[in-house]
Order: sequence, then structure tokens, then C-alpha cells
Amino acid sequence: MELFTPEIGLVFWMFVVVVLLCILLGKFAWPMIIKSMTERADLIDKGVIYAQEAKKNLDNAKAEADKFIIDAQKQQTEMLREAARLKSQLIDEAKAAAAVEAQKVMDAAKLAIEQERKEAELQFRDEVSKFAIEIAEKLLRQQMADKDAQSKLVDKLLSEIESKN
Amino acid sequence: MMMFVAIVSPQVASATASEEGDEINPQEIIFHHLGDAYGWEVPFSHELRMPLPIIVQDNAGAWHMFSSNKLLNGAEYTDGDITFRINHGEEYNGKVVQVMADGSVFRPLDLSITKNVCALFIAAILVALMAFSMVSYYKKNGMKAPRKVMGAFEALMSFIYDGVLKSSLGNKAPKFAGYLMTVFFLIFFMNLLGLIVIFPGGANLTGNVAVTLVLAVCTFLVANLKGNKHYWKDILWPDVPLWLKFPLPIMPMIEVFGMFTKPAALCVRLFANMMGGHMIVLVLTLLIFIFVKFGVAAVTTTTVLSMAFSLFMLCLDVLVSFIQAYVFTMLSTLFISFAVCEEGHEE
Repeated sequence: MELFTPEIGLVFWMFVVVVLLCILLGKFAWPMIIKSMTERADLIDKGVIYAQEAKKNLDNAKAEADKFIIDAQKQQTEMLREAARLKSQLIDEAKAAAAVEAQKVMDAAKLAIEQERKEAELQFRDEVSKFAIEIAEKLLRQQMADKDAQSKLVDKLLSEIESKN
Repeated sequence: MMMFVAIVSPQVASATASEEGDEINPQEIIFHHLGDAYGWEVPFSHELRMPLPIIVQDNAGAWHMFSSNKLLNGAEYTDGDITFRINHGEEYNGKVVQVMADGSVFRPLDLSITKNVCALFIAAILVALMAFSMVSYYKKNGMKAPRKVMGAFEALMSFIYDGVLKSSLGNKAPKFAGYLMTVFFLIFFMNLLGLIVIFPGGANLTGNVAVTLVLAVCTFLVANLKGNKHYWKDILWPDVPLWLKFPLPIMPMIEVFGMFTKPAALCVRLFANMMGGHMIVLVLTLLIFIFVKFGVAAVTTTTVLSMAFSLFMLCLDVLVSFIQAYVFTMLSTLFISFAVCEEGHEE
């Protein structure tokens, strides 16, 4: 059957073509094509990994930013609270200082008043004693008109001084 | 779909032409279409042929080369003092023979560029064009992925390389890519060209046992020449009880026999599948002309049914073209990987 007997001419040419084509393509075409395909596949893989990492980083950055914001808010409230505390403290201190100062002023005033009073007292006493002496002089002059009276008075005064001592 | 209608119609035309005789001979027509020829048929003409060179070595050892048109329609051609003609009869039917002085015929060594050889060249050139256009594309465009036809070819290449070669051969894949990828695309292109009825195709190339034989022998050679120690040990001294290999080497004999049956199966599988596909389409088309004598109703029904089935078969053959190329490559890869890969890689 001619269909099942290989023709020598076709076998020869087929062999030549297959060998030549294998050498030609095996040397110049397939390595280059395979290399390009593999390189591109690698590039795509790398790109995917890179994108995934970038997304992860972005997510991380977002979380970090959120954390920062929360921290900042916390810090802000802390600072506000601190400021309020400082303010009240300052006011208290000022109040205390003012009180102390006021006390001092009052003390000084009291002292001055006391001194004034003492001085006034002294002056008053002086005046009173002057008046008393004047009055006494006057009285003495009146009463010392007669001699009896004078001696009586001297006696009386002397006894008075004696009893006093 | 229209394409396949276009493919079928010239076949009908040529069948019509061959029906001009009194009685059609289906067997002759089928074998004529499945077989090789010295010229290439021209659509719608049964007499004209595209000339192809005939290259023969006569009984004296001299080479002769002349156009196939010189032997058209049983003509004899005399080159020097040697006469050639295409023989018709029991022996060397349809082949170029040398007519001896006593009227007997001598079959010279025939390396003619026949229809099949020419189709083979066309397929090889197309494969080379495809591969080198891919290479130049990559050189020009770097990392950019190809689109359209090139993208389809690239997908095919990656399907074969990543899916078949890499998974069986592992890191040895690039070493055998030269052979296996070439063989895949050559078979694929030859199969597809065989389905086109007019000029660049029409040759039943992969349905010719010579072609598949050479491919199978190549696989056999690659596998056995590159076979490692472990492969040969498995064949000559396999891990079986001693009495199976000594003193009578039963298992080694089976293994050696297996070495040859594997490529033989490759050869026959591709050949039978492709030839079968062509034959079914031819038979379906011929049915129309066989049913002609049963009247108009019968021939109309047959025509419609035959065309529908032919169309379906051709569509199927497109699929088979790919599958057979794939199967051939896959099995070749497997045989090679058995021979070159370390133990435990496939098992």
C-alpha cells in the first residue's frame, strides 16, 4: 500500500528541513523568544509584588498618620489641660502673693498707725501735761493767794507723794 | 464559517472534474488526494498543474532535474539518453520511473521537490517567518507584550514552553526547546496548511507516513542520544527481581522493545489522525457523486448532509490539528524527560 510506505525523497527532504529548522530556530529564535517571555513574566511578577508592597506601605502610612493625629490630639488636650492648670496655679499664686503683700501693707499701715497713735498719744500727753501744769499753775496761783492754803497744799501734796511712795 | 465553505468548494470542483468519466472510482480519487504528486493541482482544472522540479538519479548514477510539467498526462521525457515517465500500474503507481531499453521500468533514486516537499518548505518558511518576526518584535519593543496575531503566537509558545516543556523537563527545558518548539510549530503549521485546499496548502503532509516517521525518528534520536546513565540502567538492568533479567533478559528485552514502540506510536498516531480527518472529508464529498445516479432528491439530501458533515469535520480538523501537534510535542517531551531527567522527577 503506497500510503503506508514512506517515500525516500520525502524522508530525505523532511529530515533536512527538520534538522535545518531546528538548528536555525534553536540557535536564533527560541532562546531569544523564551528569554523575552521569561523576562517579561518576571517583570510583571516583580511589578505585582512592588504594587502590593506599595499598597501595604500606603496603608501603613495611613495608619501611622492616624496614630500621629490621635497622638497630636492627645497632646493638645494635655497641653490645654496643663495650660489651664498653670493658669489657675498662677492666679492662686498671684492671689497668695497679693494677700501676702496686702498683709504686709496692712501690717505696715498698722505699725504706722500705732506709731502715729503713740506719737499722738505722746503729743497729747505732753499737751495734757502742759494743760495740767497750766491748770495747776492757775489753780495754784488762785489757791496760793493766802499762806495757809499754800502750806496746807504743800502738806497735802507731800503726804500724797509720801503715800504714793 | 464562510472560510470553510470556501475551503470545501474547490474540493467539490475537483471532484466534479474527476467525475467526467463513466463511473467514478472513489478509492482512486481518495488515494490521489491523500498521496503525493509531482505537480501542484490548480483549482477548477484537472489537467493543469503548477510545475515543480523533479530530481532523480538514474541507474548509471547521473542526476537529472526537469520540470514536472514535462511528464504531464503520461508524457515521456528524454534527458540525454535516459527516458522518464510517470508510471501507472501495479508497481510504482504515480511515481517517476526510468524506461529501460527493453521496455521494463527502473525506479530511480527520487529526491524530487514534490507537492509534499514543496508544502513542507512552505510550512518551514512560515514557521521561520513567525519565529523571526517574534524575535524582531522583541528586539524592537523590549518588554511590551505583542498584540493580535503575534500575541496569539506568543500565547501558543508560552502554552507549549511553560505548560509542556518546563513542567516535564524543568531546568533542562531551554536545552530541548530548540527541537520541541520547532517540531510543535512545524506540525501545527503543516496540519493547518493541509486543511486549506488550494495552493499554499492542500498537501496531506502530516497524513503522510514519511513525515511522521522522520519526526518520530528525530524524537527517538534526541531521547536516546541525550539519555543519561540512569535511563540506560533502567533499560538494561531495571529494578525487577533477578530472574526477570538473568539469565534470560526478559525485562531488558521488553524495555528495548519499548524504546522503539514509543516513537512508533508517535508516528502512527499523528499520521492516522491527520490522514483520517482528510479521508473523512473526502469520503463525505464523494458521497454526493456516488448518490448522483439515485435521482435529484437523493443527491440533494446527500449534498446538504455531506456539506454539513464536511464543514463539521473540517472545523473538528482545525481542533485536531492543534491537538495532534500538542500531543506529539507533549509525548516527545515526556520521552525525552524520561531519558534525561533524574529519577523521581516524573514518577
